[in-house]
Amino acid sequence: MWMIPTVWIVATLAFLLMRAAPGGPFDAERKLPPSIERNVKAKYHYDEPLHRQYLRYMWGLVRLDLGPSLKLQGRSVNEIIWHALPYSLALGGLALGLALFMGILSGTIAAVHQNGLIDYAVMLVALAGISIPTFVIGPLLIVVCVFMLRLLPVAQWGGPAHLVMPVITLAAPFTAYIARLMRAGMLDVLNQPFIRAARAKGVGEAAVIYRHALKVAILPVVTFLGPASAQILTGSVVVEKIFNLPGLGRFFVNSAFNRDHTVALGVALLYCVMLLIFNLVVDIAYAYLDPRIRYG
Amino acid sequence: MNGKGKIACAIIIAALTTAGCGAKEPRADYTFENGTDVQTLDPALMTGQPEGRIASSIFEGLTSRSATAAEILPGVARSWDISEDGFRYTFHLRDCAWSDGTPITARDFLYSWKRTLDPATGGTYYAYMLFYVRGAEEFNSGRIADFSKVGVKAVDDKTLEVELKQPTPFFLYITSFQTLMPVKRDCIEEHGDLWTRPGNIVSNGPFLLREWSPSVRIRLVKNPFYWDRDNVKLNVVDVLPTENENTAFDIYIAGQADWVDAAGIPWHLIDILKTRPDFHTYTALLTYFYRFNVTRHPFTDMRVRKALNLAVDKKRIVDKIFHAIHHPATVLVPPVMPHYTSPPGLPYNPKEAARLLAEAGYPGGRGFPRVSILFNTMEAHKQIATEIQAMWKENLGIHVDLDNQEWGTYLNTESRLDYFISRGGWIADYPDPNTFLDMFVTNGGNNKTGWSSPRYDSLIAEAGSERDQGKRMEIFREAEKILVVDEMPIMPIYFNVMINLYDGDRIGGIYPNPLDDHPLKYIFIKQEPAPRFSHS
Repeated sequence: MWMIPTVWIVATLAFLLMRAAPGGPFDAERKLPPSIERNVKAKYHYDEPLHRQYLRYMWGLVRLDLGPSLKLQGRSVNEIIWHALPYSLALGGLALGLALFMGILSGTIAAVHQNGLIDYAVMLVALAGISIPTFVIGPLLIVVCVFMLRLLPVAQWGGPAHLVMPVITLAAPFTAYIARLMRAGMLDVLNQPFIRAARAKGVGEAAVIYRHALKVAILPVVTFLGPASAQILTGSVVVEKIFNLPGLGRFFVNSAFNRDHTVALGVALLYCVMLLIFNLVVDIAYAYLDPRIRYG
Repeated sequence: MNGKGKIACAIIIAALTTAGCGAKEPRADYTFENGTDVQTLDPALMTGQPEGRIASSIFEGLTSRSATAAEILPGVARSWDISEDGFRYTFHLRDCAWSDGTPITARDFLYSWKRTLDPATGGTYYAYMLFYVRGAEEFNSGRIADFSKVGVKAVDDKTLEVELKQPTPFFLYITSFQTLMPVKRDCIEEHGDLWTRPGNIVSNGPFLLREWSPSVRIRLVKNPFYWDRDNVKLNVVDVLPTENENTAFDIYIAGQADWVDAAGIPWHLIDILKTRPDFHTYTALLTYFYRFNVTRHPFTDMRVRKALNLAVDKKRIVDKIFHAIHHPATVLVPPVMPHYTSPPGLPYNPKEAARLLAEAGYPGGRGFPRVSILFNTMEAHKQIATEIQAMWKENLGIHVDLDNQEWGTYLNTESRLDYFISRGGWIADYPDPNTFLDMFVTNGGNNKTGWSSPRYDSLIAEAGSERDQGKRMEIFREAEKILVVDEMPIMPIYFNVMINLYDGDRIGGIYPNPLDDHPLKYIFIKQEPAPRFSHS
């Protein structure tokens, strides 16, 4: 499959770009005495010529070893990812699930009641969800749910209660997009001949919508899932920061600032692989959903 | 239900089951926010204050600091002798044990200091704290290969002899620093990089590392093997690695943490917070200043540097941007430095500034080259630079640009001397003027201005070997005068005042500390908290 060359190209580009950025992993506000700087560089093989370091890194990749963190001494990138990824996946997965469920439902309802009060109400909320950024929605939710209503704990990981606000915050813009896409798709489908034929045959309205129309109307939403998964990944960084969740986001951002090359590269490659897999899944789902599309 | 719906349900169920795991444990006696994840818990490798707070809780060096940092107390060493000439220290260790029950010996210190200095260890950024010891720097740079030539000896199990390069009056503070804390040899040899994990780690401090969940929390419990355990009041301590300032603040306000410092206090709320009883401030040994690149025109001319400094009203900066919390600075060494008084600095004087600038060849600012202020991206730095930019325009008629760079880039730019004016700061490693003043010796690693003064260098060297403390402080005064009055390679702006939020009626043992340190050993709970939120 073409996934492997893609990953290899991304890895090489990322490796070179990180080295090209000014400043290195061993820079600090307090200048290091030269002997100490030399020793640190030697420990992480930064005293070797660049192509040696590149080959060393690539050899590690082949064995699925992302190397040691340059800043979090004593911890390997594999370990960091292993511990943090489940939290990010849970957050992202739940958010996507919520967005799909709420988006499909509200988009369908809006389409069915087209131009009615419900339709306008749903679309208005959708517009708000798209326009208001996560770093406003999050703290707003905190103010309301934690301090005003005293319903939820403010941050961190604990039980399901700790997930409510982060998931809602992250899901908000996607719910909105999906609702709009769903509504547009549904409107499009409901005017198709085969729907009229089904109605003429006497099929109940609910069945018309949920069995026949939905499967086709949902295609734009499925197409959206590819880029959506990318945005969920990046959006989760902000949400994790607001709610202090122990996901990958904070490591990724910090590693960029700290020039922790191995962590930054490792997480970037992980995201790359996840995106590739997710897009593959979407492609397969597409084929399953629309009988008009079949590969090969 | 269609295929997508089924997948969505599966995701939700799977995620909820993982999220549901998380046993409800009783809350710790004391919870504080540490500002970030610790990078490492190996005392030889650590560099930051968040790491230092944990290190001084789970390890203990030869000496230890009192709660106010005013005194040096015995640690693993119960007493010490200092030779007449100040070069030799003999530490007498007490009978105390590691957390695995084995006794702590002088050989443990020998091993630990060697490990820190050994070039093969690598990553020991603060190894230079040991360079006060004779031969240490040479061993670290590889010029000496035999560690027995370095000035530290384990005379017997309970006696450690240290030979210094020169008399260092603050050496007993250095021995309390995390880089000089002991680590256990067979623990490291057995576990390698993983030796600091809970379950592996062997330590000797007032607390033990019970749990370390990255990005979630660190849990410490009282160490029953610690020699001074009777004086340790807390049983369980939680350390939260909250990074986001607003989140950290929310966590404190919601009652989930007992203590937070300025890293978790949004500045725009300061005026409201100032009036609360849980708002505590104290001055610290931390100065914020600007560096001039004296190798670059027009800052080669001392009069230009002085003029720019005289044209800045530091009080206005502190009042406007920091709500009068910090203190304006005209010298480098903060007034809270014990036993030392700085020479008088140059007060705000826009008239004199304009006159000097004219004398230097730029009357009314005419002909002044376009220069810029370099700083790393942070709201406070930008506000200060903007204010100073306005003042220079007002008072001198010159226009400077703002050059805001991302952290790593900024460090790189500054160390290459590729700047005109650069923001800087320094926090004391130990309470002695040397920590501030020896930065600016010729080619000093932290000089970063290109400034060189043979007279200054010789004064600092003289202070290094002067035995009489009174005379020593006089020498420092003379040196500081050259730095901030006569030649001005730097422009002091303010001294930091630290802010802590905590309930003083409930929590005791936290005192104003110029090193911004609140050792957990001395903290205690005065009374049970009134329940604020029903869930923790």
